Amino acid sequence: MVEYVIEMLDIRKEFPGIVANDNVNLQVKKGEIHALLGENGAGKSTLMNVLFGLYQPEKGEIRVRGKEVKITDPNVANDLGIGMVHQHFMLIEKFTVTENIVLGSEPKKMGRIDMAKAEREVQEISERYGLRVDPRAKIENISVGMQQRVEILKTLYRGAEILIFDEPTAVLTPQEIKELMEIMKALVSEGKSIILITHKLKEIMEICDRCTVIRRGKGIDTLDIAKTNPSELASLMVGREVSFTTEKTPAAPKEVIFSVKDLVVKDTRKVDMVRNLNLEIKAGEIVGIAGVDGNGQTEFIEAIAGLREVESGKIYLNGKDITDLKPRKVTESGVGHIPQDRHKFGLVLDFPIGENMVLQTYYQKPYAKNGILNFKEIYDKARKLIKEYDVRTPSEHTLARALSGGNQQKAIIGREVDRNPDLLIAAQPTRGLDVGAIEFVHQKLIEERDSGKAVLLLSFELDEIMNVSDRIAVMYEGEIVAVVKPEETSEEELGLLMAGSKRQKVGES
Amino acid sequence: MANKKYSFVLVALISVLLGLLAGAIIMLVSGYNPINGYAALWEGAFGDLYFTGETLRRITPLILAGLAVGFAFRTGLFNIGVEGQVIVGWLAAIWAGTAFELPTLIHLPFAILVAALAGAFWGFIPGLLKAKLHVHEVIVTIMLNYTALYIANHVIRTLLTDGKDSTPYVAESASLRTEWLTNLTQFSSMHLGIIIAVFGAFVMWFLLERTTQGYELRSVGFNQHASKYAGMKVDRKIILSMVISGAFAGVAGAMEGLGTFQHMYVMSGFTNIGFDGIAVALLGGNAGLGIVFAAGLFGTLKAGALNMPLEAGVPSELVDIVIALIIFFVAGSYMIRWILSRFQKEGK
Repeated sequence: MVEYVIEMLDIRKEFPGIVANDNVNLQVKKGEIHALLGENGAGKSTLMNVLFGLYQPEKGEIRVRGKEVKITDPNVANDLGIGMVHQHFMLIEKFTVTENIVLGSEPKKMGRIDMAKAEREVQEISERYGLRVDPRAKIENISVGMQQRVEILKTLYRGAEILIFDEPTAVLTPQEIKELMEIMKALVSEGKSIILITHKLKEIMEICDRCTVIRRGKGIDTLDIAKTNPSELASLMVGREVSFTTEKTPAAPKEVIFSVKDLVVKDTRKVDMVRNLNLEIKAGEIVGIAGVDGNGQTEFIEAIAGLREVESGKIYLNGKDITDLKPRKVTESGVGHIPQDRHKFGLVLDFPIGENMVLQTYYQKPYAKNGILNFKEIYDKARKLIKEYDVRTPSEHTLARALSGGNQQKAIIGREVDRNPDLLIAAQPTRGLDVGAIEFVHQKLIEERDSGKAVLLLSFELDEIMNVSDRIAVMYEGEIVAVVKPEETSEEELGLLMAGSKRQKVGES
Repeated sequence: MANKKYSFVLVALISVLLGLLAGAIIMLVSGYNPINGYAALWEGAFGDLYFTGETLRRITPLILAGLAVGFAFRTGLFNIGVEGQVIVGWLAAIWAGTAFELPTLIHLPFAILVAALAGAFWGFIPGLLKAKLHVHEVIVTIMLNYTALYIANHVIRTLLTDGKDSTPYVAESASLRTEWLTNLTQFSSMHLGIIIAVFGAFVMWFLLERTTQGYELRSVGFNQHASKYAGMKVDRKIILSMVISGAFAGVAGAMEGLGTFQHMYVMSGFTNIGFDGIAVALLGGNAGLGIVFAAGLFGTLKAGALNMPLEAGVPSELVDIVIALIIFFVAGSYMIRWILSRFQKEGK
């Protein structure tokens, strides 16, 4: 008989209007990395929150090491040896690594925290599992990857045997992802068990032993990774065939719609982030901006959108100078903008999704007349967009906050594309989305292109850049250092260009 | 949405009940009969037409002050300066009410408008400082409360009178009192202001929920970044919000000046209307209708409290304790919510 460390049997969890988990089963063997795969909003996080004691299931049984348990709150989960590495880190910025790790279970000596002992212990665990950290560094001064290691150490310090990783790679760089995978392997070789929540098939294929797929709250199947392949997993997850390479016809670019000349933009610290940038985009083509994060991409896009002041240089759309226009004027002159940070810029999370749908147009007819809003028109429009863009929400009156990331993004895309802009800026439009939603976003971008619009795509995912763009502009230290065609380049070459090691004179763009 | 509203109302009601209950316990412990105490309170608030009139008169400025705090809060601003804005509104109303001779139909609206403008100006200052220089509005508004108090006293002594402690009464054409209301309520100081206050609640709701300006104000209150991205002028919205908030407070001052007192006097301390407005807005959930009910409750308690020492021998300070306890329970609504959610779980 196989030994399971965790068994979740027929778990059912309801929220008002939604069944988040509909009799889901999950069985994790000791010493395995078990993937929990599902689309955004499929119910993965709910299931894990049930296991971690944050939610109480309506029905079902949880067994830990064969014994039935009731996990009423996270402390019970801790005592059972279940630890969770949250997607959004729960760390105190001003505290040191050690202080964060021991927080809540500090070693004490005469009523005072024994920091020396704590540091020793942290050092010991970190060496044992190969989790390099500086115990004395402050959280605010260390990298995201390092912060994640602190999160992992926190669970290990509390004696976790079963670790839940909630989409751990979403915030990491490729290098950090590699390191994390090594860490996970080291953990299982020490006898720990891992549940990995993710929608990235590549990672599952690489390190997981088995995988449980959830779709719309229902447990679909549990598979051996050795006996499956990415396309099977993807179709189980989405419920239909998914193509990984985006289908598109060759671009038919026409006249130049959008051009940038010698643009210079400073960041808030007054450092030049965009330096003499030149770029042209034609009607009917998608230009992808490739580059390592922090090379001025964000500042570049904010400058186009009117959110950041231009130091010098010009931006033209349809021959009109739109440099330094107010955001509203930029929008009205024909720019659609899917912002990089959808929670900060893209949505008012505490507004109903319906009111978010008119965030750019609320003051125009027919949504408003003489300064009075017409809610019938607003919600008619919202319903139409929700349907057209397959935004899954209980109703148009649901707060945007309550929607999953993918559905929030679909709502933003719907809003921006519907305004029929001449230039569509899509900044990391698929960040944090699952395969199904990514496919949808890419299709929409290509549809826009095919209808003769110019599309500017910013992405840190090389796959996405290669798949979707018609031309790739590589940005390094605030400049476009090369413009290449995806079919004439390789990921290796792009990687070198992005690292600045190979500069190509920008030829005829 | 509906669910959320419903639960807020429930929490507010429970807070009030808990406050009253705690007050009863305190009365018991101090050796008073709580039933007599509360009966006296009710008697003092609604016992006859005179008391009812006095209670409604007390409720009037509380509604407007609550609206002022609530309006700013909905835009993400904490206007602690309602107190000062009430004072300048009061002063301005007295000036407009004494310095002109006009027909009632013009004089009264004019005096109220002047009060609103004065309050609006007092709100404009912290709004401008916040928008342009990022000075926190709480600090500025607190300081402006004192500035308003002492400027008002100075103006009364030097500009409105010759060194006297009290201004002349406003012209009849600028008074909110009417003979029929006065007679109806057996010569209470009740005036027409209650209608203006309730209408104010409607104005607040309409502005915030039905107009593009309100959409922008709410949007800025929730998320300045997204508002800027959507082309809203965030700085201007902050100023506008403080101006509208101040205008509500100014009208509250006009209620005192043109209605209750008919004049203004040198004050040794704050009126507390503005500070009570904070509690009213909190209890009323920063929404027009809620604020009307919350002000109704506070006004009732305050008016009825006066009768408690006379009829039941209970010190009126106890009512202040009850009010404080209600605020405590509203502020601690997290606790009530938690208990409620426990109950709901058990029920399933």
